[in-house]
Order: sequence, then C-alpha cells, then structure tokens
Amino acid sequence: MKIDRRCFLSLAIGAGAGIALSPLPWKLTDDLAIWTQNWQWTPVPKRGAAKTVNSVCTLCPGGCGISVRKIDDRAVKIEGMETHPVNRGGICTLGLCGLQLLYGPTRVKGPLKRVADRGKGQWMPITWDQAIREVTEKLSAIRKSGRPQSVATMSGASSATLDALLDRFGQAYGTPNTIRFPSVDDAYHLSVSLMSGGKARVAFDFEHAGYVLSFGAGLLDGWGSPVRMFKANALWKQSGVKLVQVEPRLSRTAAKADTWISIVPGSETALALAMAHVIISESLYQAEFVESCSEGMEGFKEFVAAKYTPDIAAKMTGVDAATITMLAREFAKSKRPIAVCGRGQGTIPGSMDMFMATQVLNALVGNLNQPGGVWFVTDQTMQEWPEVEPDAAAKAGLAYPRLDGAKGMVPLKRSLPNQFVQAVASGKDYPIEALLVIESNPLYTLNDTALVKQAFSKIPFIVSFSSFMDDTAAYADMILPNPVYLERMEDVIGASGFPYPTIGLSQPVVKPQCNTRHVGDVLIQLAKGLGDTMARAFAWKDFSACLEASLGDRFKTLKKSVFQVDKSYQPPAPNEIFASERFSFIPRGIQADVAFKPIAAEGDTGGYPLMLMAYDTMRLSNGYIGNPPFLTKILEDTVLKNQDCLIEINPKSAKAAGLDEGDRAEIQTPKGKALVRIHLDDGIMPGIVAIPRGLGHEAYDVYLAGKGINVNSLVGSLSDPISGFEAAWGIRAKLSKA
Amino acid sequence: MKNEQSHETTKKFGMVINLDLCTGCGSCMVACMAENNVPFKPDETDKLKSITWMRVYRLTNGKSFPETDICYLPRPCQHCEGHGGHSPCVSVCPATATDYDSQTGIVSQIYTRCFGCRYCMAACPYHARYFNWFDPVWPDGMEKYLNPNVSPRMRGVVEKCSFCYHRYQAAKDRAYVEGQREIEEGDYQTACTQACPAGAITFGDLNNPEHAVYKLKQDANAFRLLERLGTNPKVYYISSKEWVRRAADNYLPNEKTGK
Ligand code: SF4
Ligand code: SF4
Ligand code: SF4
Repeated sequence: MKIDRRCFLSLAIGAGAGIALSPLPWKLTDDLAIWTQNWQWTPVPKRGAAKTVNSVCTLCPGGCGISVRKIDDRAVKIEGMETHPVNRGGICTLGLCGLQLLYGPTRVKGPLKRVADRGKGQWMPITWDQAIREVTEKLSAIRKSGRPQSVATMSGASSATLDALLDRFGQAYGTPNTIRFPSVDDAYHLSVSLMSGGKARVAFDFEHAGYVLSFGAGLLDGWGSPVRMFKANALWKQSGVKLVQVEPRLSRTAAKADTWISIVPGSETALALAMAHVIISESLYQAEFVESCSEGMEGFKEFVAAKYTPDIAAKMTGVDAATITMLAREFAKSKRPIAVCGRGQGTIPGSMDMFMATQVLNALVGNLNQPGGVWFVTDQTMQEWPEVEPDAAAKAGLAYPRLDGAKGMVPLKRSLPNQFVQAVASGKDYPIEALLVIESNPLYTLNDTALVKQAFSKIPFIVSFSSFMDDTAAYADMILPNPVYLERMEDVIGASGFPYPTIGLSQPVVKPQCNTRHVGDVLIQLAKGLGDTMARAFAWKDFSACLEASLGDRFKTLKKSVFQVDKSYQPPAPNEIFASERFSFIPRGIQADVAFKPIAAEGDTGGYPLMLMAYDTMRLSNGYIGNPPFLTKILEDTVLKNQDCLIEINPKSAKAAGLDEGDRAEIQTPKGKALVRIHLDDGIMPGIVAIPRGLGHEAYDVYLAGKGINVNSLVGSLSDPISGFEAAWGIRAKLSKA
Repeated sequence: MKNEQSHETTKKFGMVINLDLCTGCGSCMVACMAENNVPFKPDETDKLKSITWMRVYRLTNGKSFPETDICYLPRPCQHCEGHGGHSPCVSVCPATATDYDSQTGIVSQIYTRCFGCRYCMAACPYHARYFNWFDPVWPDGMEKYLNPNVSPRMRGVVEKCSFCYHRYQAAKDRAYVEGQREIEEGDYQTACTQACPAGAITFGDLNNPEHAVYKLKQDANAFRLLERLGTNPKVYYISSKEWVRRAADNYLPNEKTGK
C-alpha cells in the first residue's frame, strides 16, 4: 500500500481524533497538574496549639492595641485588639504587615562591624561582647580627652522610659546633644506654651465634635492615631458631622470630606486669618470665652482687618472671598467646631504660623477644653529616678550649647534634627565624633538628604541600633540590632491626638528571632563599662528593671492588661486653665506679622514654574519603618510602576509642559533632580506636582530597595523662625521630558 | 439529592460594603493576604499578575479639577449565585474545581482539582480570580507566619476569595464543641471585615433577618456590581453618590439608576 499525502493526512487526523476522544490526553493533563501541585517547595504550614497574645503596636505614634494569633511559637496574624480604647478592634495597613517585619529578610541578624568603605555593604559579624567593648572604648576615649559634648544621640524611640534613659545618658556622660525627632505633636505643644504659657499635649475630642475643619491634616491618610481617625470619620458620616478639607490635592481625606477646598499650598494661614476676620467683624465669636479667658483680641482684630480681609486672602489662597466668608460663618455657627492642622500624617512638625492661626480659630469659637473640642491633656507621668550626679567632665561637656540651637525657650524638650544636621555639615561650633542612632533613619527621613549625608560623612563613628538594614544602618560603622516591637517590652505614654491619658506596655509576643539586644540594655551596659558616675546613674540590672522603676505599681498590672486608660479624664475647664495666664491671640513677645508669617517655598518662580509637594499615604510607611512587602504590593500602579515613581500632575500643567500619561520626565528642584514618570490626575491643582513619601530607599531588601525616588532628597530644609522646626512643605520645581 | 439539606435552613453569606465609609486605605487587602497565605513577589506593579483576592479600585467621576471626585471600591469575589447556583465561573469549570455550595452560598475553589485552564477567569466578569503564574516564594524564615488553616497554593492553579471559608469551618467546630448550637453572627466574620478600620464592611447571612446585612442590603442606596448581567452577586454596596451607583453597572448616559 502506498501512502500518499492525502492518505497520510487523513490517517494523522484520524489518529488525532482518536487520541482526543480517548481519555489519554485528559488523564495526562490531570496527572501533570497533580504532579506540579505536589512540588515539595510549596510550604505546608505546621499545625499546633493556637493562642492569642495582646500587645501595643509601636510602629507609629498611634498607640493601638493588637492581638497576635500564635500557633505554637509562631506568630501568624496580627489583628486589632477589640477592647483597646484607641482602635477598638480596627487595625491599619502597616500594623497588619508587622509579621513581615518580624520575619523579614531585611532584619539585622546580629551585631555587625563594617569592614570595607562606608556604605559598601560589607560587614563582619561580631559578638555582643566585642560590640559593647568597642563602643565603650570609643566613648571612654572621647570622654577622657575632655570632649563628651561631641557624642550625640538621635532617637525616634516611642518608649517614654527609653527616651528618659537617653536623656540620662547625655546628662551623665556630659553631652547636650540628645536629639529626638519632633512631630506635629511638638508643634501643637509649643503653640500652647506660646499662646497661653501652658504645658500640655494637644488632643482632639473628635468623637464629639460637630464640625471639623482641617487645614491639610491627612485625617484619613494616617494622621494622629490612624485607626481612631477612621472610626471618628465613620461616626461623622453617620451623624451628619461635616468635614471640610483644605488642601491642594484630592487626598483620601479630601475625597471623603463633605467639602474639599483646593488652596494654593502655603497659604492656609491666610485663609484661617481671613476666617478669623469674618468671625470677629460679624461678632460670631464666643464672647464669654473671649472676654473672660483671652487677651490681645483688639490688636489681633486690627491686624487681620488690615491684612487679611477675605478679598486680600482670596488673592493669596485662590479661594474666592465668598467661599471664605461662607466657611467662616459655617464654622462659627456650628456646634462644637474643631479646626485642626498638621500636614499629611504630621510626621514633620511644620511652621508655627499655621498652628497658631488654627488655635486662634478654636479660641474664637470657645472650643478649647470643652467636650467635642481641642483639649490640653496632661498625661500620666513616670516616677522620678534618683538625680544624676554629673562629674566634672560631664559638667564641662554640658556647658556647651546644643548643636541644634534649641534652648530653654519653652517648657518643652525641643529637638531640631534639621538644624543639628546643618551644624554638623558646616562644622560650626564643635565637631561630632560619635553618633548613636536609635529607632530612626535620618539619612532617609530628613529633608535635603545630600546635606544629611555630608554631615554624616564628617562623623568618624556612627553606631546604628536599628533592627533593620535601613539607609542609615547601611551607612554606619557598627550595627547593634534592637529587637523589633513584637519581641520587646516598652512603655508608650499617650496616643497621638487622643484626648484621654493612656499608657501602654508592649509585650514580647514571640521570643527574639535574631541575636539582638534591647537598646536600653545596651545603654545600661555601656554606662556600666564607662564606670564611676555613669555606672552609678545606671544602677539598674537591665531595661526591664528600669521600666519597673519608671512605672512603679503600674508595671505589674500593665504586664497583664497591656494598657490603662483614664476614660473619666476631663481637661481643666477654660476659666481654670486660663485663670493664671489668659489665652493670647497674638503670642506674647512676638509681633503679629512675625507670628503669622507663612514660610515661602524655596526656589524662584521664574526658573521653577511648578511646585513640588510630598504627600503621605496609608500604603507607604515613610518613617523609620520601611515599607513591608504587602504594603508595597498594594501600592497603585499609578504611584509605582516597575522601579519608576509616578509623579502626579494636573493634565493642564502636563500639557503645558508637553507631557502625557506614562512619559518619562526629569524633575528638577534647587536641591536636585530625579527621573520620574508622568501620571495625569484631575485631583491636583494645576501648577503642582506631587510625589509620595516612602519610596526611593537605597537600603533594605529586593522588595523595597531602588523603587521610586526619595522625595526628601528633592526638598530642602527650612527652619521655622520661631520654633526652629522643619517647616518646608514643598519646593519649586520644573519638569522636562526625558 | 436536591432536597438533601432541606431540613437545615440554608444560609446565604454575603457582604454589604459602605463606600461612603471606605477610605481606600487597603487594610482589607492586606488582612486578606495575611489571613489567606497570599504570596508576594519583588515586583508587584503588573496588576494583571498581582494576586489580591480583595482589591480596592479607585473610581473617578471623570470631571476635571476642581470638580473631580474619587471613590474607592473594595472588590472581593462576589460569590455569584446566578440562577440556582449557576455562577459564571462554576458553570464553565471542566474540572469541578470551583463549586457553588448551596448550604452557604459560597463559591469554593479546590486547588488540587484545578488544572489551570483558566476558563473561570475568562468567565468571571469581576476579575476576581487570579492565576498562579509562579511558584509562591517566601523569603527564608517568613514562611513562619503562614496560617495553618489555609493551604498555600502552587504554580498553575487559580485562586480567589473564599469568604474566609476556613473561619466558617472553625466557627462551626466551636459551636459544635459548645453544645451543637447554631453559629451566630459574630462567630463567623471574614478577615477583611474584621480588619477594616473604617467599619465599612459588614458580613453575615443575607437570609437571616437578625443579621445586620439583611437590613443594610435594603438601603435605598444599595446596589450590586454589574447587576444586569444576571450574576446575582452576594456583595452589596452602598453609596450616596449617584455617579458611583452609575459606574457600578453599564448605564447608558441618559438611563436612570435604581430599581
Ligand atoms: S479596609 Fe475598609 S476603609 Fe480600608 S480600603 Fe478596605 S474597606 Fe475601605
Ligand atoms: S465574582 Fe467571579 S469568581 Fe466570584 S463567583 Fe462571581 S463569577 Fe465566580
Ligand atoms: S472574605 Fe476573606 S478571602 Fe474574601 S476578600 Fe475578605 S479576607 Fe479575603
């Protein structure tokens, strides 16, 4: 039989049909599927005994309670603690990712010593004994040579006891340079002392407010205690409380607000003052409070009448005069209105004019220390420790001025890391010879990254106590890793913006996963090694003993209950608190036009036609804690695409610059330039471009390093003339096609 | 066969998501990933290949500044009932790897049966299903946090939101141990519902008048996604904004929304 082409084809087709009709291919596909499903590298999580451990989350200043589900000794899930008064069972995106930080690849597994050039990523593991010995020797040599003032600490620790321990370390060692990272809480605190001489944490009784006016505070973008704010917003929605958001960009807060007022950035103070003018001139203010509790109203009235009428403010803010008047009336006529400020998540304190203008509005409507108002809260205090007895060396060191220039202007422990960095970079006064970095990542989080790097390059010895290989740790000479928050015990006093005094004690939920030591323990060991007065000042056995010493009887109960809250707390009544010192509309000793002078953005309008603003989002952690993988995973592809950061711009402005969606572009500011991609968004004012905080890390792991750009490196640093706090909220910029 | 379960009251688990409260934070997405052992890769910016059982979409009203408005819309699997359990995905699966549970109304996904043909993905109008293009990889040590109640999936299978079915099983077990009582509303809550800091998600038995969802789904502003396709989903949404309700279905420009 001859097989021709046609015959072959029909045979082939017949065979094909036969195979297809037989169960063979289906069986094989199924087998193949089953085989691939049994690849042993897909992990099978182990079963075991389940239990729940409660603790306090310290990833942000929110102070939420958490319930961690465990299977044997593994932590498998973090949930919100139902009974905790701050978050009442809810939990935020970052809090949910905590286990990725605990078990993540970016942790520093044990003490490390740098072996190659700084920042080259070459380390030698060393023992704790060696690490502590070497740091002690260094500190001892500096102190012996009579320059204790040249040792500095920079700390973002949330633990009140650790904070006190660091102060004590400075006192006993002899350095005034104990630097903390201030936030809006500090700016609020300062506004209280400037305007009424008081000393208090400022909090907001949002749950009982009747109207909320926010000047750029990202109330639903992670401001204050984020979960609490989300719940408050739900309450407002259900009870018809109006939220007005004043902001140049349609943030999540603006999107959820009842009214979004887009405003020229940096002119918020002008809007607040014009509102004050309307309220005063139309006699809408609360006469009783103004008469019996305040002073300086006349001068203030003249000031705003001359400089901040709605017509004048309209030109500055871009908000028309009628809207300003309407807003002022609405605010003043509402029950229990609250005005609040503090840009974004409030991690950068900002300029004082905004805070004082906000407090003026709250005072005009008499909503200070009232239910549903702004409260001056006195938190629980720690028990006193025995006084430090500084020796002669310490006294000499302490006689030096602080390098950051902060000094006894206010009854507040004020720190100015921005100015500290400038002083170190410029070599002003005296050099810093050793820097201890605790729970912070200044090389990433401070504005003008290049300047920070320049300053740090002048410091011969940098020790990082970070749990993670963050940008600053990567640049250090030694890393003495701290356990992460789920492995350690620490106290947290107060929750940001929360009106009731709380105190929390975070619990070790799992045993330490790495060869870490608590920075408090290390400080005690260092002090013991330094001997004499240092050893005497740090007589505790370990940090836990130190916690017990500061918490007293509360220590034992807190170990069980995790938190304490004084729900019956009432702030002192206005006539009581303002009896000795009245609320002053113009802070005493400061001229009105100085007090309320907005900070202009750096850069000239000619060369830089646009304005760059950094913004905060719940999907990016932008402080000491780097974004965990899950958070980066849920970032929109309009914010990050592959490794590129997208910059938000109004289609009109983009068109003017000849740019379209997805285009590559170069953004340039007086501080630097970077490559970005364009994302057109109608929710942003023309003339403004926005980049989120939290991207552009050089360190960490493959899940975060090298993604996007660090907006802090494009924004310079501006010090507020009154407080010295970081006040830059943006910078002028230009975009060109790349 | 059909009336096998007739002596039991059938449940119909579902959700009502209040979009007026949702802030788009993404906690529900993360809670779901943490609860259900959803993996992650170094680059997750290709959203077609990024597995998120719960995904929060951002809707805009299409107007220019300053009339722009946005709304966030969390989208789990809609657990479509179709007509009599014929959800789009279930009807096309050749391997019976996805099934409609008539006792709970939950659309299941059985990974060991799925052979990856992805017909269901093509059929699902909500893009609620995801394919494992890669083997899941947890960096060394991170597999410690995996939840033993949910099996990690392997390359080549489809996965999707299960309404945290393992939590239902656990709730039933607990109820059984505690004397064979009926499970109550609070006994079975999904991970996303529990985590949402805004309290935007409510979960429960849509058939049970005692459950919050029963009332909420009758809200005048309640609607479902692409309702007119006849998918009969069990996830309801509430929005006071007309443009959002319109965006939820394929409305013609002049067509009225609502029932
Ligand atoms: S967790 Fe709640 S508020 Fe956040 S995106 Fe999900 S549904 Fe919306
Ligand atoms: S949403 Fe999609 S996957 Fe879920 S039941 Fe409906 S068709 Fe199936
Ligand atoms: S119900 Fe469970 S599986 Fe579904 S989206 Fe919510 S958390 Fe994920």
